[in-house]
Amino acid sequence: MSVPQIAKKEQGFRVTLEKRGTTPYLIHFLVPVSSVVAALLVGAIFLKATGHSPLEIYAMMFNGAFGSMYGISETIVKAIPLMLTGLGVSIAFRMLLWNIGAEGQLYMGAFAASWVALFAPDMPGYIMLPLMFIAGFLGGALWGLLPAIPRAFLGVNETITTLMLNYVAILWVDYLVYGPWKDPKGFNFPLTAPFRDSASLPTFGNSRVHLGLLFALAAVVIVYVLLKHTRWGYEIRIIGESQNAARYAGMNIGKNILLVMLLSGGLAGLAGMAEVSGITHRLQHGISSGYGYTAIIIAWLSKLNPWAIIIVSFLFGGLLVGGFSIQTSGLPSATVFMLQGLILFFVLGGEILTRYRIKLQRGRK
Amino acid sequence: MENSIVLSIMAAAIIAGTPLLYAALGEILAERSGVLNLGVEGMMLAGAVSGFMVTVMSGNNWLGLIFAILAGGFMALIHAFLCVTLKANQVVSGLALTIFGTGVSGYLGKSLIGIPAPVTFEKIPIPVLAKIPVLGPVLFNHDALVYISYILVPLIWFFLYRTNAGLKLRSVGENPAAADAVGVNVFLTRYVYVIVGGMLAGIGGAYLSLAYAPTWLEHMTAGRGWIAVALVIFAVWDPVRALIGAYIFGGVDALGFRLQAMGIMIPSFFLKMLPYIFTIVVLILATRETHKKRVGAPGSLTLPYDREER
Repeated sequence: MSVPQIAKKEQGFRVTLEKRGTTPYLIHFLVPVSSVVAALLVGAIFLKATGHSPLEIYAMMFNGAFGSMYGISETIVKAIPLMLTGLGVSIAFRMLLWNIGAEGQLYMGAFAASWVALFAPDMPGYIMLPLMFIAGFLGGALWGLLPAIPRAFLGVNETITTLMLNYVAILWVDYLVYGPWKDPKGFNFPLTAPFRDSASLPTFGNSRVHLGLLFALAAVVIVYVLLKHTRWGYEIRIIGESQNAARYAGMNIGKNILLVMLLSGGLAGLAGMAEVSGITHRLQHGISSGYGYTAIIIAWLSKLNPWAIIIVSFLFGGLLVGGFSIQTSGLPSATVFMLQGLILFFVLGGEILTRYRIKLQRGRK
Repeated sequence: MENSIVLSIMAAAIIAGTPLLYAALGEILAERSGVLNLGVEGMMLAGAVSGFMVTVMSGNNWLGLIFAILAGGFMALIHAFLCVTLKANQVVSGLALTIFGTGVSGYLGKSLIGIPAPVTFEKIPIPVLAKIPVLGPVLFNHDALVYISYILVPLIWFFLYRTNAGLKLRSVGENPAAADAVGVNVFLTRYVYVIVGGMLAGIGGAYLSLAYAPTWLEHMTAGRGWIAVALVIFAVWDPVRALIGAYIFGGVDALGFRLQAMGIMIPSFFLKMLPYIFTIVVLILATRETHKKRVGAPGSLTLPYDREER
């Protein structure tokens, strides 16, 4: 079908890559799974080299995340913001809009929802929570819209602007919780006064798993339907495949950039609302453990497929919970980001197998 | 009195701009070859932590610098392998590099937090030149890495526009198929300049941990790697403009810090936002200008080269 393209001579064998016409379904599943395994192996070498026992640490992580009902419920708790931000990022990525501002959009959603919770008059939960929901969505959506405007009208690189706005959003929340919104009874900690009960999302049983789980799952279904079964979803997919084709077909790319960033930011904003309303019950410093960045990996590992995002978010939630449980043995929380980065490297590298077939030939070169 | 404050802010602008300058120069080289590397932040962090660690262990900051260069180069090698050989998506690979760099530097640096650097890059006033009024204290009363960056800028400019190798580099970035046709090794060229770019980012990182701070803090780059990427666009991929841009950004940084120290009534959180907001504004203005003048990114930026698809 095609000429060998990259050839390496190795011990009398020749490794050649051949372009695939079609990709077997199994490959789409095997590549991400083996990428994770390979990343864990490299991570193990790294842990070993720095004087830790990789087996012990991985066992500790696995036990922490999946070894008990408590662990599993905490993993689900972490999966909620990951699903929402991951979905948001994946919609933007589908249009080749590199929104890496989910972290800041989450913070602005949390800020807006907290503003409602703290300053709205007392009202029953069935009014308060929907208001916070709307505020959270809008907070994130508008923060996503901000970099979308120069992108749509002037072509300003959105990667840099969305990322810069993360720092601004985090500093803004820090300003509030260290300053005007600080709880006078909070012993000087950077947090606001606790929300009223009406502003807290109900939880399932006596776990910390809250109603945000249903938002996240509903968001998956909605995004799937939007992308697969609406004209708008069709436009997003076409623009992602080829901007020129979309333009010839008369699609309004600028308008779609604005809409996609609104939705993408809004979903991240909902994650922020769910965190303050379901978990912390107040706005505080550091409400996100890098969910917005992990979302990038989740989106890519899921191949931007909304259903896959559920599973991958659950696994990455487990990675975060496992990361907390190894901190007792003196390993920093950064270990988890190291592993996340490695996973993304291998997923990216493994993608070549979905496009090319590797052939091993007895060599004469 | 007023005068000396202005001078000291200008000198501080150069110091704050130097890590940005190194990183931006590196990114210019990588992007000129057609490879976008958004992992600058990660490479700077890798450089900062390994430079600091080796300096603490050996007591020699120059040895630390060498390891920072190696660490930045190694990180860039991963990016080059993924993007050049495996033709992976350059944006996502760069993001992976940043996430990995943040993680690995936090992991390795945990035991280094709170340790002061045993030796740092100290100020060396240049004889005679440092005595010149105004220019002396602003330009010639710095550490060795600042002076090296002064030399590097014209050197890279000369290399890009006046040498055969620089021409080849630019041709690979503009039109790799044409460069390939006249016998330039596209893959090798991209590998080399992506790695050199990473090495320069490594120096930028080491500058933070060994001269600017000088200590190790988790995620101490605080977005400077991204600001450097924005600077490259501002500089229209030109090293001299990168120098000007880096010092302007350094000036914003230094000014915010100075206002804070003077006890200005603006909360420090807003002063800390300045460089990020400034970056966005400058990026918007620079993009408008490049569109107007029809200059822009190297033609093949972010596109992997595939001989089959010529």
